[in-house]
Amino acid sequence: MNARIGHIATNTFREAVRDRVLYNLIAFAVLLSGAAIFVGQISIEIEKLVVINLGLAAVSLFGVVIAIFIGIGLVSKEIDKKTLYTVLSRPVRRWEFIVGKFFGLAGTLVVNTFLMAIGVFLALLYVAHKFEASDAQILVAVYFIVLQFFIICALALLFSSFSSPLLSAVFTFSLFIIGSFSEDLRGFATMSHGLTKWLASGAAYLVPNFSALNVISSVAHGEPVPSQVILYNTAYALTYSVMAICGAVLIFERRNLK
Amino acid sequence: MKPAKRRTLFTSALLVVCLAASVMFLRRVDQLRTNATLDVLYITSPKMVKRLSLGYDGLLADIYWTRAVQYFGSRHSEHARSYQSLYPLLEITTTLDPKLLVAYQFGANFLSPPPPHGAGVPEKAVQLVQYGIEKNPTAWKLYYDLGFIYYMELKEYEKAAEAFQKGSTIEGAHPFMKVLAAQMAQHAGDAQMARAIWTTTYETSQDKQIRANAIAHLRALKVEEDVTRIQDAVTAYGRSTGNLPAGMHTLIAAGLLPGIPIDPDGQPYKLTRGRVELANPDDFPFVTKGLPLGYVPPERKNLDKLVQ
Repeated sequence: MNARIGHIATNTFREAVRDRVLYNLIAFAVLLSGAAIFVGQISIEIEKLVVINLGLAAVSLFGVVIAIFIGIGLVSKEIDKKTLYTVLSRPVRRWEFIVGKFFGLAGTLVVNTFLMAIGVFLALLYVAHKFEASDAQILVAVYFIVLQFFIICALALLFSSFSSPLLSAVFTFSLFIIGSFSEDLRGFATMSHGLTKWLASGAAYLVPNFSALNVISSVAHGEPVPSQVILYNTAYALTYSVMAICGAVLIFERRNLK
Repeated sequence: MKPAKRRTLFTSALLVVCLAASVMFLRRVDQLRTNATLDVLYITSPKMVKRLSLGYDGLLADIYWTRAVQYFGSRHSEHARSYQSLYPLLEITTTLDPKLLVAYQFGANFLSPPPPHGAGVPEKAVQLVQYGIEKNPTAWKLYYDLGFIYYMELKEYEKAAEAFQKGSTIEGAHPFMKVLAAQMAQHAGDAQMARAIWTTTYETSQDKQIRANAIAHLRALKVEEDVTRIQDAVTAYGRSTGNLPAGMHTLIAAGLLPGIPIDPDGQPYKLTRGRVELANPDDFPFVTKGLPLGYVPPERKNLDKLVQ
């Protein structure tokens, strides 16, 4: 990574921290401690499951919200505040600006997720009093959640490069919802015929497949995630993110900023 | 006082008053809508709920399982005769997370016993456990639960034997599963068999409530055996003398009993006009023999109070 991308990424990270993004950790801590302490009193034999399911769902949802709401403003905010012109008047290329922004936001989410994951493990220790070998699978689920964030960041950046923040938020959130239903879209494609089948199949492959990256339920039951799945999911998420960033760069390179 | 400070004070006071008032109004609404949220299932289709979960199905399953437990608990404490939303809640829970074994095991326990101990729908319990076995074929405890329902509630001994037999072949199954399967053909319907099943339930569960329930049933079996034995002695005495025994001492003197028979709590059984009775029947909720004439169980008494 060249130094200019590094600088933009670092500044994006600092700006997110200055915007008090990490304050969500307080809400997360309250939610998780509450669940760890009270679920045992209102349910039967699911304390550990709730800590894992709720903890990982919260990590995922908090991250998705941050990725969308910060991602959509990454470009437009710089244009509104006229700071983009200062940046681009220096020897910084437009693609470097986009890539730097992506790494900055992705870095913020990785740090946020890392801190939340520590919280999940602490709550687990409080509930179960010890760790089991199968608990290591939670790390795989956290890793997959981070991969989801990369895709969402890239998509938010893509929409942010050509539309308003509000529309970008709508587009990105819609793709998150559709991506969560992608298995159903595939099921629909297999049941259809002719042109509909082609269109449905095309749509199923075009939208991000978030369900493949969701292993929360299975790791909560201590089921191992095969290494092949980890490998191919990593490859999928990275290629999809790069594809979206390429789209963002192509659009931003041609955008008239005058 | 400066106007700004006065404004701050007024706004803060208004905030506190409004918060208190909103809590008061909400409590009034809660009184008017008793159990409204517990009884209402806004979406009844398990598949639809799974789709709407957006991949967070594990978390939603935990929420629905908690709702099922709360629903059963509240209805049970009211000594309800109907548990209309219980099966749909369990169905949604297990569709969302088919590996949530606790939902099948406890769910079957909630569904099968007759009211007021449960919902009294053993067929639904069988359906639930069979779905659990389909999704978790290596969970031997589910076969045990299936056999248990067939044996205890439906009295279908062949099916119970089949379930125990299948479960016993699974790796890690409790060794008693084989014994239960083998004894089923010989002793189906016997108190001996029932005792073996309740003992296995006690030994294989870690849950306090299930263990307490098993102990209550084992105590009831002991009482019923005792009462049958003493009643046989009373009948034998009547046949030989043509009179009812005056008390336990008469039976001991006649050589029909070895000593004063006592219940599992150490209290001597009473003999009233030839009838064997428990000293404290309220302490034995599952007993069907040895109850005083006109005896009303505690939950029935409470129900009568509610009706009044």
